[in-house]
Amino acid sequence: MRSVSVDLNSDASLLIDIPDALCERDKVKFTVHTKTTLSSFQKPEFSVPRQHEDFIWLHDSLVETEDYAGLIIPPAPPKPDFESPREKMHKLGEGEATMTKEEYTKMKQELEAEYLAVFKKTVQVHEIFLQRLSSHPNLSKDRNFQIFLEYDQDLSVRRKNAKEMFGGFFKNMVKSADEFLISGVKVGLQEKMFLLDYYSKIKDSTTKAEKMTRSHKNIADDYIHISATLNTILYYYIYFIYLQRLEGRVASDQELKLTELLRYYMRDIQAAKDLLYRRARALANYENSNKALDKARLKSKDVPQAEEHQQLCLRKFDKLSESGKKELTNFKGRRVVAFRKNLIEMAELEIKHAKNNVTLLQGCIDLLKSN
Amino acid sequence: MANTARDPPPEQTDFQELEDEEDLFPELTVTQELQFLPSTLSLYQVDREEEDGHPTLSTNSNGPKQDSLFDDDPEDLFAEATEEVSLDSPERDVLLSDGPSPAITPITPPISIITPRIGHDDMFTHSSFDEIEEEEGSDSLDIHISVSDPEKVGDGMNAYMAYKVTTRTSMSLFKQNEFSVKRRFSDFLGLHSKLASKYLHIGYIVPPAPEKSIVGMTKVKVGKEDQSSNEFVEKRRSALERYDDRKQTNPVLPKDPDVLQFLESSDLPRAVSTQALSSAGLLRMVNKAADAVNKMTIKMNESDAWFEEKQQHFENLDVQLRKLHVSVESLVCHRKELSVNTAQFAKSAAMLGNSEDHTALSRALSQLAEVEEKIDQLHQDQANADFYLFSELLGDYVRLITAVKGVFDHRIKTWQKWQDSQVLLQKKREAEAKLQFTNKPDKLQQAKDEIKELEEKVQQGERDFEQISKTIRKEVSRFERERVKDFQTIIIKYLESLVQTQQQLIKYWEAFLPEAKAIS
Repeated sequence: MRSVSVDLNSDASLLIDIPDALCERDKVKFTVHTKTTLSSFQKPEFSVPRQHEDFIWLHDSLVETEDYAGLIIPPAPPKPDFESPREKMHKLGEGEATMTKEEYTKMKQELEAEYLAVFKKTVQVHEIFLQRLSSHPNLSKDRNFQIFLEYDQDLSVRRKNAKEMFGGFFKNMVKSADEFLISGVKVGLQEKMFLLDYYSKIKDSTTKAEKMTRSHKNIADDYIHISATLNTILYYYIYFIYLQRLEGRVASDQELKLTELLRYYMRDIQAAKDLLYRRARALANYENSNKALDKARLKSKDVPQAEEHQQLCLRKFDKLSESGKKELTNFKGRRVVAFRKNLIEMAELEIKHAKNNVTLLQGCIDLLKSN
Repeated sequence: MANTARDPPPEQTDFQELEDEEDLFPELTVTQELQFLPSTLSLYQVDREEEDGHPTLSTNSNGPKQDSLFDDDPEDLFAEATEEVSLDSPERDVLLSDGPSPAITPITPPISIITPRIGHDDMFTHSSFDEIEEEEGSDSLDIHISVSDPEKVGDGMNAYMAYKVTTRTSMSLFKQNEFSVKRRFSDFLGLHSKLASKYLHIGYIVPPAPEKSIVGMTKVKVGKEDQSSNEFVEKRRSALERYDDRKQTNPVLPKDPDVLQFLESSDLPRAVSTQALSSAGLLRMVNKAADAVNKMTIKMNESDAWFEEKQQHFENLDVQLRKLHVSVESLVCHRKELSVNTAQFAKSAAMLGNSEDHTALSRALSQLAEVEEKIDQLHQDQANADFYLFSELLGDYVRLITAVKGVFDHRIKTWQKWQDSQVLLQKKREAEAKLQFTNKPDKLQQAKDEIKELEEKVQQGERDFEQISKTIRKEVSRFERERVKDFQTIIIKYLESLVQTQQQLIKYWEAFLPEAKAIS
């Protein structure tokens, strides 16, 4: 699988890809392959096996690092979900008796293709996650990132420790994040409202796009049954095999371009929201530190500490604001470009398929008429 | 992330671009795929010939082989379609010895798709060449009937829909060349029951009338002017039209006086006994049940293998058609779902476009929403085509097959009648023989008279049986021809509807493309 061209600075000092993955029941084992010219790594080229949970660990540890509070942390890759094809495979097994051998084989093939597609997709999102990290000037230097790439033992031990440390803390933070944002912290109000609104809209669009894709798939499946039954009645079923491919292709392309685009940016916007949240928190801390300073001055007690604390909060907030602004502007730019690229590609694919279909169908019609 | 003032250059997109090689379906160029069509068709033919000796579509590539096999009836394009060469016949060897056509090359995926199942009961079963001598001419009478202009007459529960039945013909049978009458649904049913009682029992396949639907009709009566009742009326109208059409291909029905009266006379006595809940209706149901029971108990010594095979064939066809009907209904349902989902997505995309603060992207998203809305309409139209062309066709044929099976049953009944009178005759003869030794001259005379009557009855029974057998043979081959033609026509229409949809899709997406490119 080709690697993504992602935020590639002219610097190829750290190249990551996932050339290989194994699927065992529920668990996917990714082979993370790194090629680097950086001296901070022990070897110039190496590979390690990683599980999905390792990626989550890496993501969470980045989110919880104070220094990165002003950055949009790339969203964690979603857990590999083979539920849908597995359920369909199960149903297919149950219904085997009612189908012809051909129907069954064709359906099985389709399911296997679906399974493969899910598999490819999950490899892709995990790869993109790593590549975004590697091309980020700050995040690429993260210690945990390096460990993730290099450590040739099982990471699960380290993961457990980390969980114990952060444990519920992080969960609580996330829970109250939205409440906090909405609770009227007047920081970057416009941006905040935009992101909130956009997030809900894009989430809705994602769901609806997924529904469309599922309908296309259903139609493709229907054509399988139709063509199999027609086989026993007429010899025109050949044409329906093609029909099935028509619908199946539309479904898969739509899935790729439109739905994946929307899904990806939905998660990205969540990450952007998190950034805003952190900034709001920093501001709140600053305001608290101001209040604490006033109090201290009133009581004439511990004033220097309070002053120092206030200065610290201010610096933090300023730093966050500055980097946050850059990140958000960048984010918008990336989003616009990605949408453009994918909308164009989707439209071009739709046109190509429709043209192919017309030629195919017309050929069928001519053949039928000539008989 | 240094320069945020400018938009990042294109390479910095972080979304995957899938190349064609990674397309989940193996990508063939269009010409390649088209090449598959003719060659796979001939591959298919040869496959089938080798495996179960089935006949082939008459494509040119296999021309010479077929001439040697079949009665070359130039008018009847589908003669070959109704023939089968049995596995042991000498003709099969001819086919095989001709060797594979050069079109057979190791092309993999299509072969695995199209290799037919061996040994399944195919619809073509037979080696008798008599059937194909049926004249093609009788199948195309110059008469066209259309059903249109549904109109609601009356109010409340006594209301009904009146349909205009227009006949266009050049046949001398009719007084005019073009005329129309108003008929209601129960008129059609009345006509059908008359025809059925006249012709079914002598072996003619009378097309069944469209089904009654109490729910649907009530809605219309009560005046619900909504989508579903309009659909119901349209469904019924098109069903009635198809029913009329089908009658015309039958050799005797078009000349039947009842049919003529139906088509021509402005006033038709109301067919009361067709009401579903009437006593006549109940009687019909009871009779049908009784018939079903009888069918199971009569075991006929079938001397003619043709009938046995055909019956089996129609049983199978029935099963397959029902299955197909179910799948197509599912297709219609899913297509309607797709339409709904597309409309919802369109709305959602429009809202997303409104939220978007980048102007060009916002405009593009709104355009996307509009495209999807138009596509939704396309899907709806396609669903209609799926339904009216495909699904209804199958429904009709499922009912037609029932009529065909009924005709076979009637033959069995006729045979039974004949056998019964033979048995009775035998008994009477035995009784007469006994009577010879008693001294009862009147009884003897009576017995002799009865025997004479019975002998005639037996002869009539035999004649009836032979007649119905002959009629059925003709009818069945006509039916098969019609069926193949029908399916072919409908499938062509259906494929054409798909072509239209695809062409519209091209237009819409091509209009959208510049909008997408204009995002900057």
